[in-house]
Amino acid sequence: MDLLEYIELVFTDYTLRTITLGTAILGAVTGMLGSFAVLRKQSLLGDAISHAALPGIAIAFLITGAKDTNTLLLGALVSGLIGTFWIRGIIKKTHLKSDTALGLILSLFFGFGMLLLTFIQKQPNANQAGLDKYLFGQAATLVESDVWLMTMVTGLCVIVLLLFWKEFKILLFDADYTKTLGFNTKTIDILITSFIVLAIVLGLQTVGVVLMSAMLLAPAAAARQWTNSLAKMVFLAAIFGAFSGVFGTAVSASQNNLSTGPVIVLVAAVFVIISFVFSPSRGLLFKQIRFIKNRRDLELNKTLAFMHQIAETHEDISHPHTIKILNNFQGYTKGTLQKLVDKGFVTLEGNMWSMTKKGYSTAANLYNQQTNDDE
Amino acid sequence: MKKIAVKIDDLTVAYNYKPVLWDIDLEIPEGVLMAIVGPNGAGKSTLIKSILGILKPIAGSVSIYDKPYEKQRQLVAYVPQKGSVDWDFPTTALDVVMMGTYGSLGWIKRPGQKQKKAALEALEKVGMLPFKGRQISQLSGGQQQRIFLARALVQNASIYFMDEPFQGVDATTEIAIINILKELRKAGKTVIVVHHDLQTVPEYFDWVTFLNVKKIATGPVKDIFNDDNLTKTYGINYKVSIQE
Repeated sequence: MDLLEYIELVFTDYTLRTITLGTAILGAVTGMLGSFAVLRKQSLLGDAISHAALPGIAIAFLITGAKDTNTLLLGALVSGLIGTFWIRGIIKKTHLKSDTALGLILSLFFGFGMLLLTFIQKQPNANQAGLDKYLFGQAATLVESDVWLMTMVTGLCVIVLLLFWKEFKILLFDADYTKTLGFNTKTIDILITSFIVLAIVLGLQTVGVVLMSAMLLAPAAAARQWTNSLAKMVFLAAIFGAFSGVFGTAVSASQNNLSTGPVIVLVAAVFVIISFVFSPSRGLLFKQIRFIKNRRDLELNKTLAFMHQIAETHEDISHPHTIKILNNFQGYTKGTLQKLVDKGFVTLEGNMWSMTKKGYSTAANLYNQQTNDDE
Repeated sequence: MKKIAVKIDDLTVAYNYKPVLWDIDLEIPEGVLMAIVGPNGAGKSTLIKSILGILKPIAGSVSIYDKPYEKQRQLVAYVPQKGSVDWDFPTTALDVVMMGTYGSLGWIKRPGQKQKKAALEALEKVGMLPFKGRQISQLSGGQQQRIFLARALVQNASIYFMDEPFQGVDATTEIAIINILKELRKAGKTVIVVHHDLQTVPEYFDWVTFLNVKKIATGPVKDIFNDDNLTKTYGINYKVSIQE
């Protein structure tokens, strides 16, 4: 199937269109909220919440006996919230660190959920098959009403973000200070955590309990590499998340229906890798290039400073000196000398070099530059 | 008799069973520049955090100008320890200083031109205006401290609480900061500083509180900053005669 054909199919085929839209919206909302989780250093929270949702799904099924998605997700929401507030409680009341509390709740709830799932599977009930799809998700089961629900939650989330933007930002940066300004930090915290739980629960059907936290973290981690502004980071994370959904769905649909959730997560991981390597300011590649360039500049500057010392001793700064004199100095190579000539700092004549005015003044101000490079 | 800016009664704070602050009574008169000194673990930061409601005391009350602290928040500004936040947070120096205006704005309302102007003025005061657009992780420790100071200045409070504002800053920044603190005092504000360097207490401050879980002494530097109180607070025979 070629690209054009596929794009046409996205617009005409009901199932494909629903899945593409659903995963894109899901990616956008988890990306947005994931930025907050990452910046609060609560990356693991998403993992704990999604695992904590599993028993809720099982219990909701046991109570209603039906596999209605919304009912099951409501169960997931309730047990996800219970898990989250247990984690908060453990951190607050005991002296356990947050990673311990997260790990504890994650495995406790997930274990209980698995127990319930196996119990349900042993029941003589034809209806029980397919509950385990919540483990790894199954995007193919998305229907239009699911997409509408996601859209509504995303819209609500955007409105809340816009309204409480400054409160979220200041809480993330400096919670103690926020308190002294008279804000109820608990309210802000509960608001943001509830939305994170809601977004995770929405994604369970598509991506599943096990991989859901990647949807939260990967777009945010990638976005952080490209910008130093919180607003841009949240926006970029939403874009990355949405594209992960679209591309992931495309790959999975065109490759003999590979499982969609894992493919989306892998696409998001590709965004992360690209961002970590190629981001201009924080990426590994440009960091290395800058490092090498700085080292070269430093070598050049050392030679220049040495020449400046020699030139200083003469009245005429452009008095020629023999190149041999530079041999006493270890940083000197023919290459560096040629580079200095290219920059117009020195002139060469046979075995003699002499400093230009430009070179002299540059050398004199070499180590003052730090103080005046401000914007 | 001067007005009392901050009054603390029977303040007791404990983590677990061990008290960190024990039955503190303290009156801070208006318009002083006060140092809180004491050894590590004496509860200096805890005292400030309890006054500001960041920590919950077991017992005791705090009043600001004769009213409970909760009703007087807008009169108080706080400069936390520099190390208490993650400086890699994606924001700029100006943006951090703007946060000082959030309290007066209240919920939902966004900062506008007026707030931006106030923030720029504060940046100017601490000599950081040229760095307003900088990502905060690209500032030096001293510059970060100045940003925190500017954020508190924007609040235009009457009482300033500062947690070790001189920690890890160079001599130039230290002088710049102390000059701003002295200016605040001149303007009639009350400034309370957790301070570590005993040598500079007489030079920088006019009021001092000795603290080591209990309050040891409080009063004018010229009357009570002596070897006797230092020994009582630090537990060793303190023989650097700073008075000379």
